[in-house]
Amino acid sequence: MEAAVNEIVAKYNYWIYVVLMMIGFYAMIGKRNLVKKLLGMNIFQTAIILFFVSTGVKKGGNIPIVDKYQALAGGVDAATIVNPLPHVLMLTAIVVGVSVTGVALAVLLRIYKEFGTLEEDEILEKLQR
Amino acid sequence: MSTTNLHLFVMVVPLLSALAINLFGRSNRFLIAPLVLGSLTFSVFGSILVTGRVLRDGPISYTVGNWQPPFGIELVVDPLSAMMMVLIAVVALLASFSSLQSVAKELPGREAFFFTLYMILIAGLFGLVLTGDAFNLYVLLEITSITTYGLVAMGPGRAARASFNYIIMGSIGACFYLLGVGYIYILTGTLNMADIARILPTLNAPGATATSIAFVLIGLWIKMAFFPLHGWLPTAYGYAPTGAGTMVAPLMTKVTVYLMIRVILSVYTPALVFANGWLANGVLWAAAIAIVSGSSLALGQKDLRHMLTFIIVAEVGYMVGGVFLANANGLTGAVLHIVNDALMTLCLFLVVAAIVYRQGSVSLSSMQGIFRRMPWTMAAFVLGALAMIGVPPTCGFFSKWYLILGGIDGGHWEFVIALVISSLINVVLFFRVIEIGYFGALEDGGHHGPVQYQEAPGWMLNPLMLTAVLLVVVGLSTGPLVNNLIRLIVPAGF
Repeated sequence: MEAAVNEIVAKYNYWIYVVLMMIGFYAMIGKRNLVKKLLGMNIFQTAIILFFVSTGVKKGGNIPIVDKYQALAGGVDAATIVNPLPHVLMLTAIVVGVSVTGVALAVLLRIYKEFGTLEEDEILEKLQR
Repeated sequence: MSTTNLHLFVMVVPLLSALAINLFGRSNRFLIAPLVLGSLTFSVFGSILVTGRVLRDGPISYTVGNWQPPFGIELVVDPLSAMMMVLIAVVALLASFSSLQSVAKELPGREAFFFTLYMILIAGLFGLVLTGDAFNLYVLLEITSITTYGLVAMGPGRAARASFNYIIMGSIGACFYLLGVGYIYILTGTLNMADIARILPTLNAPGATATSIAFVLIGLWIKMAFFPLHGWLPTAYGYAPTGAGTMVAPLMTKVTVYLMIRVILSVYTPALVFANGWLANGVLWAAAIAIVSGSSLALGQKDLRHMLTFIIVAEVGYMVGGVFLANANGLTGAVLHIVNDALMTLCLFLVVAAIVYRQGSVSLSSMQGIFRRMPWTMAAFVLGALAMIGVPPTCGFFSKWYLILGGIDGGHWEFVIALVISSLINVVLFFRVIEIGYFGALEDGGHHGPVQYQEAPGWMLNPLMLTAVLLVVVGLSTGPLVNNLIRLIVPAGF
């Protein structure tokens, strides 16, 4: 029991990522309201952002901004700064996520104009009629 | 522009023309057609030149912004991506003639928006086959997907709902791929594909590698609509504007299959992916089920276009299965089938676009006597149907032949049987359409007098005829294509 707790506490950010991802996944698959599905998608993407950012973290690492001349002269000790690349990747992923959300909201607007509702059950009912 | 960066221009010219269409096409819609056709013609000639150079001198690499790999993003053309470039350029050019016509009719006043998305999508597809960077691939995958969401949502009625379904499924796929890339990055510390392929086999980390392979493959399977993850495809492609369907249906799934081959061959290396026999066995069973159920679901459709979307699902099963046979004949068949299936699907969707342009619907009941009204269009349809069934000398026969040979080589009889069953179902499917179209109007033909001759306009008919001829030409030139190009793609260990 104690070993399991230690395991969870030691890597708590990864456990949170898994839990967030499952919440998002459930909302995308299980919810019947289209806006909730979209929110689930956003939670899912946030979980992945947390995962990537976690991979760059180092204990006691500083921000990755170094003096150019010092770095050129003496090099950089990689252990003292966090890895900036996952952060940069996630900036791009955030942009992608925002674009998808924007397109999805525009599509939801069209669905609302077409059916007058965003509940999947009511849409299906209207389609069958 | 020089010979080493020509492939960059093949991608960038459609992208720049998308901006130009958005800027100038709104006020003057007569500028749209020259911009679309001009830039795509450039891409066709550019990609053919690049292919010639690659076959002569070997792979070309271009580093964007002069950041040297593995830190910078690399655009690599090897024989496989060169072949895909030519395929994308040719299919997009042929489809755009027809799209220009049907969009002017279906979405009057919105042509500029439609073709802005259309050209960005084509640029994204070029980017996907060129990039040598695993994260860049994710971004380009989302560029192509987001533009496709927009194009699908422009359709009437149920299209918006189909598009939303596609957004949810597509995002799950892309996120899974991104997670897989995350695991690769943790393992190797690099995102450059060649670098990953160099480092990953030396690490001996089977658990993490297998997790990463699983995430990436499932992500790509969702994107390519591999059964049972295909739910979004039939509605999205079935309700999209016809002008979008003619280009998206032949290219999107095929380019994603290319990505799967690329990831297996040049990121993870075949040795790692096929290390466990049960993965390949499981995927082959799934492919066999995909082929049979895709074809059977097509039988239940009452609309030609919806029928074709289920055939696409079955065809994805052919290609995935061919790759996972993990032998030379199977991979040759899969790569050859990417080319052939893109052309066959293009041919059939151009027929759909032409019929929709004339009579507004392709439901089977509305197609009675269509052979008398549109004889040339339907002649092309018969050729496309024969290719889908796999009748020689059309191209569909040859790739199926390689796939069956590969299945026999690997002893995977379930896959061989699925291929044969699917061919038989295709016979039923297409001859049902041909029967309705040929004999359907005979009984009441006498009451209406001579049947009206309503052939599609030349802008739709001529590319369609060219595609139909290409089906036979590509079929007859299978030998040179396999010997000069596809042999170079098959890795040594196969």
